[in-house]
Amino acid sequence: MSHEHHDHAPQEPIGWMDKPDVVKRVFTVFYAICVVLFLAELVLMGTENAHPHPLEERMRYLVYPVFGFISFWFLVLVAKPMRGLLIRPEDYYDGGDDAE
Amino acid sequence: MLSSIPPFVLFFVGALAVAFTKGTARKALLLAIPIVGGLNLWFGVEPGIHQQFEFLGYTLVPYRADKLSLLFGYLFHIAAFIGFVYALHLGDDAPEGSVAGDVGEEDVSGNARAGLQHVSAMLYAGSALGAVFAGDLITLFVFWELLALTSAFLVWARGSERSLEAGFRYLVIHVVSGVLLLSGALMIARETGSIEFGALAGADGAVGSLAAWLILASFGIKAGFPLVHNWITEAYPESTPTGTVFLSAFTTKVAVYALARGYAGTEILIYIGTLMTFFPIFYAVLENDLRRVLGYSMINQIGFMVAGIGIGSAMAVNGAVAHAFADVIFKGLLFMSMGAVLTMTGRTKGTDLGGLYKTMPKTAFLCIVGAMAISAFPLFSAFVTKSMIMVAAIEEHHYIVWLFMLFASAGVLEHAGIKIPFFAFFAHDSGIRAKEPPKNMLVAMSIGALLCVLIGVFPSQLYALLPMEMEYHAYDMRHVVTQLQLLCFGALGFITLMKTGVYPDEKRAVHVDAEWLYRKAGPWVVGTVGRLVGRADAYVRSSVLELVDSIMSGAARAHGPIGPLARSWPTGSMVLWVAILLAGYLLFYL
Repeated sequence: MSHEHHDHAPQEPIGWMDKPDVVKRVFTVFYAICVVLFLAELVLMGTENAHPHPLEERMRYLVYPVFGFISFWFLVLVAKPMRGLLIRPEDYYDGGDDAE
Repeated sequence: MLSSIPPFVLFFVGALAVAFTKGTARKALLLAIPIVGGLNLWFGVEPGIHQQFEFLGYTLVPYRADKLSLLFGYLFHIAAFIGFVYALHLGDDAPEGSVAGDVGEEDVSGNARAGLQHVSAMLYAGSALGAVFAGDLITLFVFWELLALTSAFLVWARGSERSLEAGFRYLVIHVVSGVLLLSGALMIARETGSIEFGALAGADGAVGSLAAWLILASFGIKAGFPLVHNWITEAYPESTPTGTVFLSAFTTKVAVYALARGYAGTEILIYIGTLMTFFPIFYAVLENDLRRVLGYSMINQIGFMVAGIGIGSAMAVNGAVAHAFADVIFKGLLFMSMGAVLTMTGRTKGTDLGGLYKTMPKTAFLCIVGAMAISAFPLFSAFVTKSMIMVAAIEEHHYIVWLFMLFASAGVLEHAGIKIPFFAFFAHDSGIRAKEPPKNMLVAMSIGALLCVLIGVFPSQLYALLPMEMEYHAYDMRHVVTQLQLLCFGALGFITLMKTGVYPDEKRAVHVDAEWLYRKAGPWVVGTVGRLVGRADAYVRSSVLELVDSIMSGAARAHGPIGPLARSWPTGSMVLWVAILLAGYLLFYL
């Protein structure tokens, strides 16, 4: 609407997420960090743990990356059916009925 | 001289002064009070009992300082200062560049109630200080209730019908907590003759007496234990943008302090705390209101602290209180960033937001700092505090608890580390073109962000303030790498969930939680019982009336003008009845 009245209408701001090549570069850097962290396990094998404990020793190899990745999937895969059970309309507590 | 006056006095007197000032004078007071109080505490107060007196045969101790209370004292002064910087613009003109009016939120900041917010926040901060420096249970109870009352006004300050209702429920729940505390305190006074606030649980890890259970329940309500946690997720999102920042700093942390003092090493807290770290993260995935997500996140973080207190070793208790310290700062920062979004857009729901990084880049950046701090990235605060609790869990052989905490740590990254900044500032472009919030809000957030980094980079400064002796080094190669592995591969999980479309969409909905018990089931039970009693009452009334009616009409028939009892009886028939009665008498008695 403002375009009709003003020759110098404010331009829509363009952020880095609007530029696919920048987004791609960000993801590439992130994946590279993941690969480096994955390989860092090899370095870790030769280091001493400041707070050693038997459990961590036993489940040492690649536990943290695998645990981190799986945790996210587990979290979402449990939350989704939970939603089916627990979801109610926005006005549920303001007099809305039980049906979604 | 100031060092012998309990810290709350300065805030209470200050609140009075704030109530009668306006403009620059009020702003100067708001900033000066926490600074003066904080400097006095830091430089002028040594551990020891500074105020006590006899009352009805009991020793009341309104001012006792030790390492534990001093740590929380410093923290509350910092939190109050940051909060007042953040709330400094209240009472000024509406922020420039705000589009909150577009969605009917003309006074989202509660600007019309600026004085109420400033005064009640000052009283609230003072009440929190009164509670942590209370050396006896009765003084603790007084400030416990003042905390509830003063903070309820911060919920009501929003001025909406929802905030009014949420505030009343909030107040009732906290008053119940106070009643439990008083009951327990009176029982202890009767049993032991002392009301000193020290260790309340047994040394064997059991809670022990009924009084100890009552007080634990009281502390548990304020700490957001499971089933009594919804006051956090209900009241915080209904308060004003500035009110929520104060709310997030004090009440739950006073409860953590009280648990650390009264129940360190109480085994049941390990399991309660672990449950608290675990269940809210599922709700946080589903929740649409981002300030409510932060409410669930708060329960999750308090869970780590409660579990640490339950483990009870020096490392665990230190970890719990250190994490409380860090949490007030980074959770405050996250609430401030969402408060800035609410102030400038009038919205906090994931479905409404997105793309704000284009016009609010500073707020987005500061929010990300808070998100990295809560997610425990190396060089940020939670990395050096939460890890103490995790290490303590392993050292004390609580392996399953440790695994749950590790999972909960990944969950923190999901809802607070990624979801909050992603859905507010990135994700899809909502088309909202709000500007950055007022300068004072940005300054407050910057102070919070700076502290998150300073604590993360120089943890020894915080460790030196902790109440127990211990040695801990947060930074070793393995801890840094494994933590980064956990977080980065968790984030990778998030990316795969988004790319595969498995991640659930934000929905305009509520998800049933324990609050259902008192918001739906309770009213339903009361309503149903009321209806049943009403029906029974109506039935009894109508039956009795019918009975009375029939008696009356029977009497009317008998005694009416043509009724048999109204007739005149001939003398002959009377003689006949006397003869019959006489015959009957003779028959039975002769």
